Amino acid sequence: MEASKILELQKTACKVRMGIIEGVHAAKAGHPGGSLSSADILTYLYFEKMNIDPQNPKKSDRDRFVLSKGHAAPLLYSVLANRGFFEVEKLTTLRQIGSILQGHPDMKYIPGVDMSSGSLGQGISCAVGMALSAKHFGEKYRVYSILGDGEIEEGQVWEAAMFAANKGLSNLTIFVDYNNLQIDGSIEEVNSPYPIDKKFEAFNWHVITIDGHDFNQIEKAVLDAEKQDKPVCIIAKTTKGKGVSFMENSCAWHGKAPNDEQYEIAMSDLKNALAELE
Amino acid sequence: MSEFKTVATRAAYGQALVDLGHKRDDFIVLDADLAEATQTGKFKKEFPERFYDCGIAEQNMMSIAAGVAATGKKVFCSSFAMFAAGRAFEQVRNSIGYPHLNVVIGATHAGISVGEDGATHQCNEDIALMRSIPGMTIINPADATEAALAVEAALDHDGPVYLRFGRLAVPVVFGDDYKFQIGKGVELKQGNDVTIVATGLMVNEALIAHDLLKAEGVNARVINIATIKPLDKDIIIKAAKETGAIVTAEEHSVIGGLGSAVSELLCEEYPVPVLKLGVNDVFGHSGPAVKLLDEFGLRAENIKEKALKAIGMK
Repeated sequence: MEASKILELQKTACKVRMGIIEGVHAAKAGHPGGSLSSADILTYLYFEKMNIDPQNPKKSDRDRFVLSKGHAAPLLYSVLANRGFFEVEKLTTLRQIGSILQGHPDMKYIPGVDMSSGSLGQGISCAVGMALSAKHFGEKYRVYSILGDGEIEEGQVWEAAMFAANKGLSNLTIFVDYNNLQIDGSIEEVNSPYPIDKKFEAFNWHVITIDGHDFNQIEKAVLDAEKQDKPVCIIAKTTKGKGVSFMENSCAWHGKAPNDEQYEIAMSDLKNALAELE
Repeated sequence: MSEFKTVATRAAYGQALVDLGHKRDDFIVLDADLAEATQTGKFKKEFPERFYDCGIAEQNMMSIAAGVAATGKKVFCSSFAMFAAGRAFEQVRNSIGYPHLNVVIGATHAGISVGEDGATHQCNEDIALMRSIPGMTIINPADATEAALAVEAALDHDGPVYLRFGRLAVPVVFGDDYKFQIGKGVELKQGNDVTIVATGLMVNEALIAHDLLKAEGVNARVINIATIKPLDKDIIIKAAKETGAIVTAEEHSVIGGLGSAVSELLCEEYPVPVLKLGVNDVFGHSGPAVKLLDEFGLRAENIKEKALKAIGMK
């Protein structure tokens, strides 16, 4: 990827991260840690890769995305708003009564949300269903999904993985946001799903492991995935809370909102990062 | 009524899928390793390229169906009622119900008449579970005729539909001229002394009960409620007003099914005695289906007794 393009994506990701903090701070609740860790992946998909149109969010040939780790809704909303699906100002209505921005993604009312999600393990199956539909009905679009590394403790994930490989759904690319933390602690302490790569390989998926904050690696993996004749799992090593100093690598920030003072620090971290890029 | 022909509603479901498959190609069918039993196997045989087996993974199947529907395509998915409504309840609620997606769930082997497989497979709770999901349409056909019509109607319905079918061959009570409409009850027998509101295989028992009561000078109205949700409120309230007593009859727990739906409605709109005939909050057990229906009191004679009791409570 060209250096200028990488720079643009890095700046966009900074703005996306600010939107996450704005939303979660205004809501006084939500999930900043896992939203920040997946921010670069989703920024790449929505600003560089996917065939989508903010003016026509339901166009039939669009690429689909399912946020299987639905609690990262503040991220998806910030990406969609910054991409022009709805006003950025709406982000501060997150989780409020009367807002379309539900605590977890709601496809009925939020422009650009392809699937409601939030109950872990179900999103990947929905993505598999979309990929099956595309393949069966001869549609050319691709289907993407992001799962949490803790999420893959859900048995349904492996039911979906088994089916996708068995039916040869090569139009499906999933990311596992491998930040190594879940609510109750590190994932190997809680109930280790390791080794993640060998598990997906054993389910007959093509597996690629990358740094989930490196746009070059993200792009290379996504393009590589398109050449495979089987579903692809991109294991993206990430830092939970990425970009906000006091949230990084802390499971305490899985599902907690910053107070006013913490909000100022978080925004200042991100503004400084943006200024450095500019 | 004629009783010369008996057909399981699951068989009618399988045949209806095949018939629909010949008419249109805009839907696919999913099953979870029970295609022979649910009868989606008939569709699989006729249209192998339009049938996908999810294996023994009902939860995954429900969310896959949601994903297919989210792309704007139509989909049936089938398993036994126990696993479709029970095991995969949360997937049906969150993946299908919450986004209000056009998924048709064809749940077979509902109720006690599963027979020999016993309690683990006799689902008497599915209507209760599905009723609790906002926007879910629940259809429990009385016979093969109604089952076939319900399958076709469900495919073009806006929103999720739960179709409930039985394993046991039951009498075909409706002729080719029978009209089916989602959400509409049908008055099968006139009468003003008491109303029997029945669903599924209990409709035939209700018609027999009507004749038993008539022999004792009692004129019972018989209403078939195939669509348990949304309930045809008008036909029930009218029956309460005109007959003053109601008996509900269903092959399902007395908790949360048709009897509950009718009771909830009439408590608020027009209170009259409502006696519920169903499975009395107990698990079933193994045995021939017809003997279980006798043992669990799901027969015309039982309806008749309830009807006479209800009349006495007026």
